[in-house]
Amino acid sequence: MGELRLEVKNLSFRHRGHGTEVLKDVCFFATSGQVTAVLGPNGSGKSTLFKCITGIWKPVKGEILLGGKDILSLSPKEKAKLFAVVPQSHDPAFPYTVLDLVLMGRCPYVNLFTSPSSKDYDAALKALSTLGILNLSQRAYTKISGGERQLALIARALAQESQVMILDEPTSHLDFKNQVVVLSTIRLIAQKLNKIVLITVHDPNSAAMVADQVLLLKEGCVVDFGPQDQVITTDNIENLYGIKLNIIQDENLKVIIPCFTKNGKELI
Amino acid sequence: MSKRLISILVLFSPVFAIVFALFYGAYELSPFQVLQALFNWINIGQTTTEVDIVVGIRLPRILLSGLVGLALSSSGVTLQGIFKNPLVDPFILGISAGAAFGCSLAVGFVEWLPVPLSSFGFGMLAVFLAYTLAKTQGEISRLPLVLSGIVISAFFTALVSIIKFLVDPHRLQAIVFWLMGSFALADWDGVLFLSTGLGLAIIPLFLMRWRLNPLSMGDEEALSLGIDVKRERFLFIALSSFAVCLCVAKAGIIGWTGLMVPHLARMLVGPDHRILMPVSMAGGASFMIICDTIARSLTSYDIPVGIVTAILGAPFFMYLMKRGGKEAWGN
Repeated sequence: MGELRLEVKNLSFRHRGHGTEVLKDVCFFATSGQVTAVLGPNGSGKSTLFKCITGIWKPVKGEILLGGKDILSLSPKEKAKLFAVVPQSHDPAFPYTVLDLVLMGRCPYVNLFTSPSSKDYDAALKALSTLGILNLSQRAYTKISGGERQLALIARALAQESQVMILDEPTSHLDFKNQVVVLSTIRLIAQKLNKIVLITVHDPNSAAMVADQVLLLKEGCVVDFGPQDQVITTDNIENLYGIKLNIIQDENLKVIIPCFTKNGKELI
Repeated sequence: MSKRLISILVLFSPVFAIVFALFYGAYELSPFQVLQALFNWINIGQTTTEVDIVVGIRLPRILLSGLVGLALSSSGVTLQGIFKNPLVDPFILGISAGAAFGCSLAVGFVEWLPVPLSSFGFGMLAVFLAYTLAKTQGEISRLPLVLSGIVISAFFTALVSIIKFLVDPHRLQAIVFWLMGSFALADWDGVLFLSTGLGLAIIPLFLMRWRLNPLSMGDEEALSLGIDVKRERFLFIALSSFAVCLCVAKAGIIGWTGLMVPHLARMLVGPDHRILMPVSMAGGASFMIICDTIARSLTSYDIPVGIVTAILGAPFFMYLMKRGGKEAWGN
């Protein structure tokens, strides 16, 4: 399997009718087989960046290249064959079964006037078994736990058979154990299936655990970008969030701890 | 009972409903006479009073009501999926108010205008206006569409009120009767016309039904799954509105069916539109045939079928909601 690169060059975005740019000249790249994490405080433009990459919003300026080809002008169908998006686990209006949910990942391969074929079923079942949740296939998506929902949504993205997988805060509603389960699944997907994985997380510790590369975003600008061990430093993270913190580190472990005081005054 | 068995039963129910409906009517015929009339018609082409009643009057009326039930239910399923809301009915975008205005105008003031044409035209106009109005608010999305539908409905309802206020009482009666919906004027020409027209709208709708699954997950998610949301939502709305307007033109405004039948079907077979759509179609056809049979044979008058669908539907629906509890609403 060769190496594939997703390159974002000078990407800028602003909402229609608003003067301020939400993203300013964002440049970074992501490589197949690796997890690239985007870190930043609320409102730093993480979600906007993902929406621009997946084509929900049109950037004002800049290029997005996958394997050297510009993808901004592709149709939704063509784009969905290249990018799979995993949303945060949510409540759909209707209680679809997990299998029906995963089948939705086959949209780009199903014609307007047909329904999924046996090939599409095979892809969906394969995705479920890759994640070890085949036993959930006939359960209602609304009736399973938050961690299981997140895995089901990841399975749907796998069924999409795209080269890039984009996850928007996949761990934000999960308990401690499920965070670890989901993050290690994401890591495996990048390594074993050689996909480009883009992820946003709130906790820098999660980024340190899962990511090969890290992009730091603040107020729409890139603060730093590079390999995880070079980007997640005390200075960078303090600057990013505006709080004091310590990093404890040995060979294969990195823990970021805010300097927490009970009266909260010495934080800043 | 398994889902599969239930779906098969519902899918075949129109056959039973048709047979049941053939045996009932204002003119009393024994089951034997009905069968004999059918036999005579098929084999010999003989015309007797019985043949006239069974084949000339009852059968087209049964088929017409079945077609209308089918179309209203499939349109209900479609719009509930598009708006990701189980409380949506086929008239949400203003069709009923538009069509009511079309009818009142034709009956009350513009005599050369045929009522079906006028109500069809104004029904489609109402949807078009609602859609265009929603577009002026930038990107078309669900909430502006629903709000525009409400605005357009209110506007046309006001116009209908003006006409009702001004028109002479005899014509008012005709308007009121039409607004409640009826199959009293059914004939074979109507069946032929409606089945052709509905075929154009319902067949593509039926083939596209799986896409309602991803579309019901919301605009952004559907888009990221590779659905051209704007184009396909327009297609779904246009096809289902066309079907509903044809029904309204032929049979007036019949409420409840398009809201209730998809609901019942969802409780029975789950939300997957691949199964939900055919089951709703069959269930809607059977429901409407039975309601119309009651409407035409309960009293010596022809009760407007819209009244029967509501009287029969509401309590049954309440019972199922109580039994199904929260699950029925998709939680």
